Amino acid sequence: MRIDRRELMKLLGLGGVVLGSGLPGFSLAASKGKGAEDFFFLQLSDTHWGFSGPPNPEADRTLKQVVQVVNASKAKPDFVVFTGDLTHTTDDDALRRKRMTEFKTIVSELRVPKTYFLPGEHDASLDKGQAYQEHFGVLHQSFQHKGVHFIALDNVSDPSGAVGDTQIDWLKSELAKLDKDAPIVVLTHRPLFDLYPQWDWATADGSKVISVLEPYRHLTVFYGHIHQENHRMTGHIAHHSAKSLMFPLPAPGSVPKRVAVPWDAEHPGRGLGYREVEVAGKDGAVTLEEYDVHGARV
Amino acid sequence: MKGLLTGLLLVVVASAAAAAEEPRVIKITAKKFEYSPSEVHIKRGEHVVLELTSLDRKHGFKLPELGIRADVPPGGTARVEVTAEKAGRFPFACDVFCGDGHEDMAGTLVVDP
Repeated sequence: MRIDRRELMKLLGLGGVVLGSGLPGFSLAASKGKGAEDFFFLQLSDTHWGFSGPPNPEADRTLKQVVQVVNASKAKPDFVVFTGDLTHTTDDDALRRKRMTEFKTIVSELRVPKTYFLPGEHDASLDKGQAYQEHFGVLHQSFQHKGVHFIALDNVSDPSGAVGDTQIDWLKSELAKLDKDAPIVVLTHRPLFDLYPQWDWATADGSKVISVLEPYRHLTVFYGHIHQENHRMTGHIAHHSAKSLMFPLPAPGSVPKRVAVPWDAEHPGRGLGYREVEVAGKDGAVTLEEYDVHGARV
Repeated sequence: MKGLLTGLLLVVVASAAAAAEEPRVIKITAKKFEYSPSEVHIKRGEHVVLELTSLDRKHGFKLPELGIRADVPPGGTARVEVTAEKAGRFPFACDVFCGDGHEDMAGTLVVDP
């Protein structure tokens, strides 16, 4: 059964905000004009390659399965972005690099025009991003796609989960090039706002970052880290977290401890999935569709 | 004689007041991936000092509901003053990523009524 994301937003109590402001998408109409091209991309997150344990008895297969599912889809995304925790952490530097190499090999099978990567704390916190940069390049970056400005922030290579003043200055300089009505997508691993800091679901200097983003009227944030969908507004900015491709985590503060949701043998892969983000050229709206690991809409 | 007794009484009262102002120190150790003790009890309105010592690497201590956070350096000690005006259970956690198990490094400050 198809569940329209806008209807879901209404059910979540965000409908008024969505309808009133055009969010969680944004209107590109002003800057792109009529006839702008539609496109969509996929957000995959928290693949934790190298993890093993009861929360996912299929840990060595889930990512490969999703690569096949994406490849089997008739509609091809313009790109795939991985929003961090590509690998599961380890104190062993050699093993970390081995996991990164294996991850790259697996996702290199994706038949999509382009892939982008962001680090998660499991990839980059213990060595301040050294191995990550060897395998995936820069820790933060920006890129343009069909008139939309994408900014990928690093809020993990500092183990205290901060973006840091140097990167915030870079962010300011990137944004200074843009009109306040420009369509902007910000990608991060950790939530930029205090979603549930008791579980370290926050960015140490996230409020500074949000204050820099605030003047831009058509800006949406996509992130990972919390292994579940979550949709939240800070002012006019919508923040959307993605599911994991390894194990789901409980809703913020819903249980005393932040432990993985147990594997459901009756429904293998339940709670895991990935996201399609459609950007409509006609009216500039962004629509989210969630998929499970079998490629079915959920 | 009366003056001497009054003087002694004042000294005793002053010492008692100083003792009452001295906060209780609660020692907590941090190591991968636990605090010990992981549950700390104080009384509502009590002024205490949490003395955090890391036994291995840098950790963090974050108690968001009371607006408290500190770095706990390797081999060092961090002192955090706490006065809780509200009874309840307040979770704290390590907010400096410390490895595979970081997510389990948490505890609770229990403020008894």
